[in-house]
Amino acid sequence: MRTHLPKLLASEITPKAVFEGRRDLIKSAAAGAFGLALAPWFSREALASSPQKLIATPNPNFILKDESTGYQYVTGYNNFYEFGTEKSDPAANTGSLQTRPWTVTIEGLVKKPVTLDIDTLLKLAPMEERVYRMRCVEGWSMVIPWDGYSLSKLLNYVQPLGSAKFVEFISLADRKQMPGLRSQIIDWPYREGLRLDEAMNPLTLLTFGLYGEVLPKQNGAPVRIVVPWKYGFKSAKSIVTIRLTEEMPKTSWSQFDAREYGFYSNVNPLVNHPRWSQATERRIGDFKAAFAPKMKTQMFNGYADQVASMYTGMDLKKFY
Amino acid sequence: MKVLVFLLALLPLGRLIWLGFNDGLGANPVELITRSTGTWALVFLCLTLAMTPLRLLTNTAAWIRYRRMLGLFSFFYACLHFGIWLWLDQDFDLVEMLKDVVKRPFITMGFISFVLLIPLALTSTHWAQRKLARRWAQLHRLIYFIACTVILHYWWHKAGKNDLDTVTIYAIVLVLLLSCRIPYIRKLLSKQFTI
Repeated sequence: MRTHLPKLLASEITPKAVFEGRRDLIKSAAAGAFGLALAPWFSREALASSPQKLIATPNPNFILKDESTGYQYVTGYNNFYEFGTEKSDPAANTGSLQTRPWTVTIEGLVKKPVTLDIDTLLKLAPMEERVYRMRCVEGWSMVIPWDGYSLSKLLNYVQPLGSAKFVEFISLADRKQMPGLRSQIIDWPYREGLRLDEAMNPLTLLTFGLYGEVLPKQNGAPVRIVVPWKYGFKSAKSIVTIRLTEEMPKTSWSQFDAREYGFYSNVNPLVNHPRWSQATERRIGDFKAAFAPKMKTQMFNGYADQVASMYTGMDLKKFY
Repeated sequence: MKVLVFLLALLPLGRLIWLGFNDGLGANPVELITRSTGTWALVFLCLTLAMTPLRLLTNTAAWIRYRRMLGLFSFFYACLHFGIWLWLDQDFDLVEMLKDVVKRPFITMGFISFVLLIPLALTSTHWAQRKLARRWAQLHRLIYFIACTVILHYWWHKAGKNDLDTVTIYAIVLVLLLSCRIPYIRKLLSKQFTI
């Protein structure tokens, strides 16, 4: 087990502080000397509102050359329909979400069904920082430094039974806290699922933070999963129940339209969404890239080496 | 007055340019510009179609003087909408573009709408109106069909997320505007004020 890692690798991603520094610099430059005078005031504001830190050790196996997407975009451009369908809705409306106290129930086909408090979950395994690509089914992508540990650590803790084939994730659905539940888009609560081997894959991350901070509410606080080789909607947010089953669970988007959103939903440039191509993607927050050709989407979002073997012999056009 | 309408109609474009220079286009600038220009093309289409009902309701012909300019602004924003898609989404790859048009119904509808607007824009001059005479009116009735393809374009785009609130409002507005063309309703509208 490698717990320590070479520090130089961490420099390949752009830390949040550097981003904010850049932004301040741009702002100051734009506003001239007056802006420069105001810069300390700006940074004080940033400090005052800075959320709780999360101590995580960067995992050198999950570092990307791509520049990480700016913190303001990662936390300001979200799909989280429990808080509205616009990208800006989650950041605006998640104030009402109570992330503490919070428990997660792990039930179903496990030897040790258990309900764990969020603080217990946080301490269950060492917290790692991993930089993952995130590809939304809508055709845009981000690069995000997440903090968490492999879901397999939790699953091993509860010991799946031999009959368990799938893992179902159920998100919180509370009308009092989530104004988006008034809309009937999805048959709430939001449900997602993975095959057990997918859930046990080391890439699948039980996630508690991003950019070294406790997850902002709009990003699925206090605990979510991140499955980087699948379209973003597979990564359920604000999870309250994890259930191991023998049958393939019914997932929210697949129930919404099974033709458009399959159970697997692996990122695949060769299998188009019925309404748009999945061959290319737009990287969020990169202003220059906005006016350049879109980037090519990679098979399994670039994680083929780690995950392709799970799908050998499967027709990925059929099991999309 | 016409100058004022002209300047007002340029405001949506001005806003986008201003936002562009002030880091205001957000996380996904292309999406914002595409959607904004599309929405404004639709708004100007509705305004264009509103001129005749307004003429009937108020019994004032003055409204018709703005119809061409509004229609051309609808075409102008549709051009921006289409151009941005062709450039930033399709990277000027015409083969890919046509594939997309054939494969995806909502793109098909958008493309049909845009193509059909072209002859209307080209024949919007007084000269063409005189030259085409009776056929001009027939040709320009295409706009009723375009209104349908436009709303289908928007509807199918939004249907994926079942996010139909806004589209429904536009659809209702268009249905109301189009129903004013039904002879019976047309008569009712004009009678109301001519008695």
